[in-house]
Amino acid sequence: MNDFRLPLGTLVEGFIDYVTETFGFFFGFIKVVFDGAYEFVDLLLVSPPFWVIVLLAAGLALATRGWKFMVGSIVGLLVIVGVDQWENAMDTLALVLVASLLAIAFSVPLGILAAKSSVASGVIRPVLDFMQTMPAFVYLIPALILFRVGVVPGIVATIIFAMAPGVRLTELGIRGVDREVVEAGAAFGASPWRILRQIQLPLAMPTIMAGINQVIMLSLSMVVIAGMVGAGGLGAQVVASLNRIDVSLGFEAGLAVVILAIFLDRLTAALGTGDTPLGRIMTARKRRAQQALAA
Amino acid sequence: MTETIAVKADRLYKAFGRRPHEVVKKLNAGATRDEVSGLGTAAVIDASFEVRRGEIFVVMGLSGSGKSTLIRMLNGLLDATSGTVTVAGQSITGISAAALREVRRTNISMVFQHFALLPHRTVIDNVAYGLEVQGMGREERLAKARTVIRLVGLDGWAESLPAELSGGMQQRVGLGRALAADTDVLLMDEAFSALDPLIRREMQEQLIELQAELGKTIIFITHDLNEAMFLGDRIAVMRDGRIVQIGTPEEILTDPANDYVAQFVQDVDRARVLTAASVMEPVRSVVTITGGPRAALRTMRDLQTSATFVLNRDRTFAGVVRDRDVLGQVKAGDADLRTIVRTDAISVSPDTPLVDLVEPSVGSDLAIAVVDERNRLLGVIPRVTLLAALGNVSTNTGDLPVIEPPATISVSVITETLRDTALEGADL
Repeated sequence: MNDFRLPLGTLVEGFIDYVTETFGFFFGFIKVVFDGAYEFVDLLLVSPPFWVIVLLAAGLALATRGWKFMVGSIVGLLVIVGVDQWENAMDTLALVLVASLLAIAFSVPLGILAAKSSVASGVIRPVLDFMQTMPAFVYLIPALILFRVGVVPGIVATIIFAMAPGVRLTELGIRGVDREVVEAGAAFGASPWRILRQIQLPLAMPTIMAGINQVIMLSLSMVVIAGMVGAGGLGAQVVASLNRIDVSLGFEAGLAVVILAIFLDRLTAALGTGDTPLGRIMTARKRRAQQALAA
Repeated sequence: MTETIAVKADRLYKAFGRRPHEVVKKLNAGATRDEVSGLGTAAVIDASFEVRRGEIFVVMGLSGSGKSTLIRMLNGLLDATSGTVTVAGQSITGISAAALREVRRTNISMVFQHFALLPHRTVIDNVAYGLEVQGMGREERLAKARTVIRLVGLDGWAESLPAELSGGMQQRVGLGRALAADTDVLLMDEAFSALDPLIRREMQEQLIELQAELGKTIIFITHDLNEAMFLGDRIAVMRDGRIVQIGTPEEILTDPANDYVAQFVQDVDRARVLTAASVMEPVRSVVTITGGPRAALRTMRDLQTSATFVLNRDRTFAGVVRDRDVLGQVKAGDADLRTIVRTDAISVSPDTPLVDLVEPSVGSDLAIAVVDERNRLLGVIPRVTLLAALGNVSTNTGDLPVIEPPATISVSVITETLRDTALEGADL
């Protein structure tokens, strides 16, 4: 009896080997695309002097939440500069941006599909559970085999790990839209696509944005883990400090991650509510213009 | 005559659950709703009706009676399990999704219980929504929406968001959206149920005004019988998925199809629903003005009343004569009733609600005359008939004894007078 063992691990390994051999060109293509996207975004963030990026971030902060958030963002980013982690932080930010944009691009359509079809929802849900609860490190192994050491396995593992809340909250948001309002769209002869675009997506937007916020947060945490497979950035610093038992480097790199996380979280959360200082100004201006037109 | 029928439902069934068709088959074979409940829920069972163009057709029933399901089958939001729906002469059951959308754009629009406005759009964009879906250009549809906004009384709110409006105003937007789409048929699903009573009455009155002005066909769902009676040209009463009676408000009130409907209508404010025409009695005590005082006197003697209605030669209503006046005239040998006709008798049109008859009836000892638009006497409403109708004593008012004002002069006196004067008239 003791000899019996489920050969699950071996099977998966065989599958990955098979995939690597058969679809090598496909993964090579993905590697080129992801690498290119990362390099491009990284170039945008790293090449200008740090104060340009800080000013840009401050402007975004002012537009989305107001002056308090702006001051906080400036101070936080200057701290990162002060502990000499600016370039690593920008590498990490580039990774997060690319990975979460891709994760959103996959997860929102999947969420819409799940909201429209109960069958799709039934299939997607357990897959998401699996993706979300499997220890994050495990994704790194096949990603390493498929894409070799570097940024790409980090991005791929991050996408898989971070997608789940995007799908879930998109589905939840769309299913949560008032049934009567959707019926109203249908009753006036709107097509399903128009109902989705003009009614379901706008009304589900706060929930979808909460999902996107979660995707970004998970991306950030995974990107640090991805430092183990050579993804660079702050993750690499954290891994290095772990190897050398370097408390000071570990703390500084960790703090930079926290500052980035808070900045991204507050920024996307404000976008999710749809109630931003800039938005208020725009609405007021639009309304004045329309009233002037009507008068 | 398909042209006069706006919407037609023919043997409609709707069952929910895993095996809806089996449910319908069993129901067709005579099973009851409870017997098939294991297979699925039968929401609408064998509903057939025709809604005429320009009519307000009310579907009334308590919650769970299937009325919301029924209305959603009329524009295809729900597929009928069996049976057909015809809108503007075109069957909408079993047609493609695109064809169904076209019917909704051009023929049939809807007002919802909880308004179902698009909260992220301004009032004017909400009102213009149907037009936008129809593919109308922005300038044109906004101009049209502005006209409708004025029509429903929302001037000055065009640029507001729905959340800034009160419930009543939000429903005006909902109504405006349906009117702007300019379809012949309007479906209204409990449209006023979420409003408080004063606003509701105001909206009901406005709806009737708009309907008279625009001539829309309206199918109105409600659980409120008073609302149904107030709005409906005809009412379909639903119970447990079946239509138990279709008729005018008066028919439903005076001739309920079964105990359920009878019980339902017993709390209705009858005075507002019943009209003079529905309770009036045939006129018995009546003479023609050229018949002369002797004929009038004889009529009163035979019926033992103290007054009689008088008609002109063209059968129009002239007034009343009293027995004392007629007696005096007969004794004086005068033959012209015209001189003693009293014109103070109260006459009303047949569609006057009973509530407006109470005060005149109390103030007069004569029955109220009901006359048509050409002033021809159709019938009379004695006070006792009015009271009986209001008190719902009997639904068959014909059996009630009709008590005219009792004779004030004894029969023998009249007979004597008639005999004494017979020489001149020579007709006794």
